Amino acid sequence: MNLFTLAIAYLRSRLLASVLQVLLLAIGLAAIVVMLLVSTQLADRVERDTRGIDLVVGAKGSPLQLVLSSVFHVDSPTGNIPYAEAMKLSRHPLVKKAIPLALGDTWRGYRIVGTEHALVEHYGASLATGRLWSAQMQAVVGAEAARAGGAGGAPLKLGDTIIGSHGLVDGGEAHDEHPYEVVGILAPTGGVIDRLVLVSVETVWDVHPLPPAAAAAPGSPAAAAPVPAAGAAPARDDGHGHAGHSHARPAAKAGAKPHSHSHSHSHAHDHPHDDAAVAGSPGGDVAGADGSTKPAPGRELTALLIQYSSPMAAAQLPRLVNSATAMQAASPAAESVRLNRLVGVGVETLRVFAWVLLVAAGLALFISLYGALSERSRDLAMLRVLGARRGSLLLLLLLEGLLLCAAGGAIGLLAGHALTEWLGRSVPALSQWALTGWTFAPGEGWLVALALLIGAFASMLPAVLAYRTDIAKVLARG
Amino acid sequence: MTVLEVNALSHRYGNATVVEMPAWSVAAGEPWLLLGASGSGKTTLLHCLAGILVPTQGSVKVGGTELGSLHGSALDRFRGRHIGLLPQRLHLIDCLNVIDNLLLAQYAAGLPRDAAAARGALEALGLAGRAHERPHRLSFGQQQRVALARALINRPTLVLADEPTSNLDDGNCAAALDLLLDQAGRSGAALVIATHDQRVKGRIERRVELTGGMAVPA
Repeated sequence: MNLFTLAIAYLRSRLLASVLQVLLLAIGLAAIVVMLLVSTQLADRVERDTRGIDLVVGAKGSPLQLVLSSVFHVDSPTGNIPYAEAMKLSRHPLVKKAIPLALGDTWRGYRIVGTEHALVEHYGASLATGRLWSAQMQAVVGAEAARAGGAGGAPLKLGDTIIGSHGLVDGGEAHDEHPYEVVGILAPTGGVIDRLVLVSVETVWDVHPLPPAAAAAPGSPAAAAPVPAAGAAPARDDGHGHAGHSHARPAAKAGAKPHSHSHSHSHAHDHPHDDAAVAGSPGGDVAGADGSTKPAPGRELTALLIQYSSPMAAAQLPRLVNSATAMQAASPAAESVRLNRLVGVGVETLRVFAWVLLVAAGLALFISLYGALSERSRDLAMLRVLGARRGSLLLLLLLEGLLLCAAGGAIGLLAGHALTEWLGRSVPALSQWALTGWTFAPGEGWLVALALLIGAFASMLPAVLAYRTDIAKVLARG
Repeated sequence: MTVLEVNALSHRYGNATVVEMPAWSVAAGEPWLLLGASGSGKTTLLHCLAGILVPTQGSVKVGGTELGSLHGSALDRFRGRHIGLLPQRLHLIDCLNVIDNLLLAQYAAGLPRDAAAARGALEALGLAGRAHERPHRLSFGQQQRVALARALINRPTLVLADEPTSNLDDGNCAAALDLLLDQAGRSGAALVIATHDQRVKGRIERRVELTGGMAVPA
């Protein structure tokens, strides 16, 4: 028997009120914890995923959507851009690094990204096992995507085949005839690349034959642009056996030339046997393909990730892209700020709601302790008669408030983390952000202090009144 | 040995003198009655004796200690260890079970919790089986015995009982009185019973009559 057990006994004697107060406080705190965890993790994620990407160039549309789709891989792309035009831009002197992205398919909700090895390097990812792709239909899988699974829930391993489905949401038409072979698995980075399946740009093109209309639209401005670009590498172009190459392709892929350009431009040194793999791909020999004589109409990319070579580029390049081409340029940094502002309204609402709950919890605690005071006055007086000091009564009341709030704080924190973990796992829109409850956000320590402060504050007046109990008066009243 | 000594005590609320007691002395183990009609100032006097009220004038000594010389928590401590109070309304702590009520008295007085002593006290009062019940589940007689056990648990030298028989029928009144006298006698405590109950008068010789606020030992 001591003050602590006595406080517990009193709390238990009004169990319902105690539980309600704990819950009220816990809900308020949990809401704040979720907010803290989500916002810090999103901010972290945004910071990490946009690092080193100064500009995203893609099809015209919402710049925010462009950044979301190409940097964070959460939204659908704005459209496609002509490959040749993208390549032309990538050779601009203000561009230090340009990484092409070709999107379109997913595997179990993980995006299949046609790109170059430079993307792996850019995100600082390293291979956990295997090697990078060197031929078409070879895939390198990000850590999280790999963990999610091969057959029967087991992690993917080298040599497994995966089948993409069309579109960026689950449930698209499966590309059964185009299985990818897993040749490499990346080590976890904590960034967006963990959730990607990487293949060569050519692979994406192969899986998505161009519709004849697109292939035969040399007159369109987009298709016209590539000519000089393609011509920029004539020597290498000539060095390739064009005839054999393009003949192996289906008619619909008449635009094979740029492909071979890009190929020789950026990959020739790493995988010289690429052509052999292409030649062996299904589709058979279709006569009449004249890609060898026509320059590359219609090959497309989804976006280009650009790093500036000089600070001057920030002033010039976006304007150049937006005004002089059919493409648009979006700055991940600026769009992230915009995103924050948009999300900020919701977060702010939740924050106000959480604070209202906390104030209500404090008020409820105060009312409960204060209200119970008159019926407890005889008990308190009797405690004094039995020898308890005034200070002990003060402590008893404070202790009750603090115990409730400590319980509310502990439950709130626990619930906040559990809720965040659950959100991360089961809300599709959030699961793409790899939310986890298994981490602490800065400021959570303050929440515990805040909970105790609410307890101290709410029980202060009742405690002082208990301290001042006039025992003679209370006992005389009977 | 003198356990309680009162000298020129008077207590006023505002200008009205509620109770006055020129002199009184109680020896160890003596039972006394404090007789007076309702509102005659019995409870006020009892509170002065218990150190719950500080009298406006005069002195109260318990076991040789002048209560007026003790302040704040020292007075609380002293009261807890040396004075046992049996209030009319008992004031058992209802969120604690019977045995915890006794242990609380030890804790409040700053004494070590002695569960064996608490169980012994309950056993002596025939409450051994109710140790883990809440007070409100007991009969009034049982509750009164628990309150008595609580008043005696710290072996006080002075026990003050306020109207202990007012709610009891004749049979229970006699039994309660027997118990009070017996228990106080066993622990060697002086016993002061404040009452207006005529049935009690025959049992105890020593008495203080309170009339018009003037307390005179007879």
